[in-house]
Amino acid sequence: MSDIPSTHDEMQPIRRPVRWHVGVFLLPALIVYTAVMILPLIETLRLSLFNTVDGQSTFVGLGNFKVLFGDERWAHDFWNALKNNFVFFTIHMLVQNPIGVALAAMLSLPKLRFAAFYRTAIFLPTLLSFVIVGFIWKLILSPIWGVSPFLLDVVGLKSLFSPWLGKPNSALIAVSLISVWQYVGIPMMLIYAALLNIPDEVIEAAECDGVTGWSQFFKIKLPLILPAIGIISILTFVGNFNAFDLIYTVQGALAGPDGSTDILGTLLYRTFFGFQLQLGDRSMGATIATVMFLIILAGVSLYLFVIQRRMRRYQF
Amino acid sequence: MTRNAIKGLLLATSILGTAGIAQAADTTLTVESWRNDDLSIWQEKIIPAFEAKNPGIKVVFAPTAPTEYNAALNAKLDAGSAGDLITCRPFDASLELFNKGHLAGLNDLPGMENFSDVAKSAWTTDDGATTFCVPMASVIHGFIYNKDAFDQLGLKVPATEAEFFDVLEKIKAEGSYIPMAMGTKDLWEAATMGYQNIGPTYWKGEEGRKALIKGEQKLTDEGWVEPFRVLAKWKDYLGDGFEAQTYPDSQNLFTLGRAAIYPAGSWEIGLFNTQAQFKMGAFPPPVKNAGDTCYISDHNDIGIGLNAKSANADAAKKFLSFVASPEFADIYANSLPGFFSLNSTAVKMNDPLAQEFVSWREKCKPTIRSTYQILSRGTPNLENETWTESANVINGTDTPEQAAEKLQKGLDSWYKPAK
Repeated sequence: MSDIPSTHDEMQPIRRPVRWHVGVFLLPALIVYTAVMILPLIETLRLSLFNTVDGQSTFVGLGNFKVLFGDERWAHDFWNALKNNFVFFTIHMLVQNPIGVALAAMLSLPKLRFAAFYRTAIFLPTLLSFVIVGFIWKLILSPIWGVSPFLLDVVGLKSLFSPWLGKPNSALIAVSLISVWQYVGIPMMLIYAALLNIPDEVIEAAECDGVTGWSQFFKIKLPLILPAIGIISILTFVGNFNAFDLIYTVQGALAGPDGSTDILGTLLYRTFFGFQLQLGDRSMGATIATVMFLIILAGVSLYLFVIQRRMRRYQF
Repeated sequence: MTRNAIKGLLLATSILGTAGIAQAADTTLTVESWRNDDLSIWQEKIIPAFEAKNPGIKVVFAPTAPTEYNAALNAKLDAGSAGDLITCRPFDASLELFNKGHLAGLNDLPGMENFSDVAKSAWTTDDGATTFCVPMASVIHGFIYNKDAFDQLGLKVPATEAEFFDVLEKIKAEGSYIPMAMGTKDLWEAATMGYQNIGPTYWKGEEGRKALIKGEQKLTDEGWVEPFRVLAKWKDYLGDGFEAQTYPDSQNLFTLGRAAIYPAGSWEIGLFNTQAQFKMGAFPPPVKNAGDTCYISDHNDIGIGLNAKSANADAAKKFLSFVASPEFADIYANSLPGFFSLNSTAVKMNDPLAQEFVSWREKCKPTIRSTYQILSRGTPNLENETWTESANVINGTDTPEQAAEKLQKGLDSWYKPAK
């Protein structure tokens, strides 16, 4: 837009009127977004540099971060939460997104009957409140009243059942899979839309060249939906590193057993608001929030500046 | 309940309004509380009993929702609009109010002599010099058992640790009941109903708790590790999949008659009385050897203090003295079975289960939960860590020694006992 004439330029015969409406239309959104997102974010970043010394809020520079990474206990909790968060994210990437792609691919088969029904049924859990999802799954997996031990018993596989949510080795996987169950509809919908966008000519051309079935999917469709998969990955990343609600409903604020389901969100909650006898520590809470923000920022930047630029796009 | 509460509130305000006009000479005291469940008991029993003896003083009970209480109270105190009487949470929350000058010291209040030092410990400064709330009630830990099941299996109530495990073993061998209803999913069950329930027997109640605060004992000492060792043995007697069993699951297993023993807090009595269809009994935490002194966790839960800025301090003190009297203890304990008066005068209660619980005070030495006073002020929080580690020990994730070591290490990282 370098050819926009400067208002002071007397040489230009036609002056474009100042486009006030752009600003006017942007303003409401800008005000709301600034008030509820940008200001709290700045305030959080600021708070992470302060701590209470002798009852006074004092600027401590990076002191809080030094405690978070330097103190053995804080560092242990933090790295444990970060590690769990990566496991949580990895399970989503390995299970949720491939299943989402597979479901979308099946839904887009022209011969499939009741496609609309499946689409709705699979997307429905995404619309449910996490409280309901957490409660339902706690009940399904309950060793006492749950249907899962009963169903396994019916097919004679009762020995495979164990109280997954209560064991340190399986709790995180179980919670991740519950989350996958809830959110698998989102990648499915996005990929489904991307698949429907592939023009019929491309598919027909492939068929003329004898590329059908599996190889058609892998050689023609998959490359064409890669940008959509990229978007889904980044959405999953941001969602997972901000996750809190499901773990809190299913495992409680201490994210047991033995902190095995503790992710950054629950660690932040406990630190900032306190829990039971633990009093809230706003400065350390803000510090953790800042680190979470930086992690997400780094992930998103990596995607935007490194991966997305190299991704090939096709114009039809 | 909520509707009743709202009705009650409306009633209370309307009475207050008219009373204010009609009898301007009367002093009106307002009680801040989180116990909105108790509204009817206050209005129908406690307040009339007080007003009958103290003409000219009106009392209004004005509760807030439990989750909002601390925040609302702090805001009101800062703004100077809080009631004359403040219901006190135990330990640090109230201590902070006292340190900020919101609560008045009550050392010389008539009636305070009715309470033991343990009873007052939840509302006393660290140096023990000033008490700032009148203790109202505590909850006692122990075991509630299914009497019908015990009769059917011909079992005797266990008194020692060996008998306790013997009983559990017999119930397990017979097979029609789950020996003990407890889960580790919610973590706090393992700590509160487990560790804090049986623990005082091993760390010798107050003696051990005080030594821990003074730094003379460590959590890795035998008295503090042994309860973990006993807890680890519970594992075999809990229901299938106890790792994922929640607190309501445990309550239901017991009240449905599927489990024989329930490690309990006395606050369960009210609920269990209405839900269980069988006879229930209770026994205190078993001692190690027959004839040993028994110890119980008699944990202070609720007290009441005086707003330092109250304009009606004299009238409010009269009410506090009433709260400290045996008469109040009697009304309160009988209206809310399971919430026991902290008054040294024994209270006659009508509920047999509550009677059983409170009778232990006479033969056993009471103590409070070891993690509540002073030791949970820092990060990592000892109480929260104890939840996790107690569950770990029962689950077999950590050995008792590892658990104790972790707790002590966490405590050492911030707590420096006064030398």
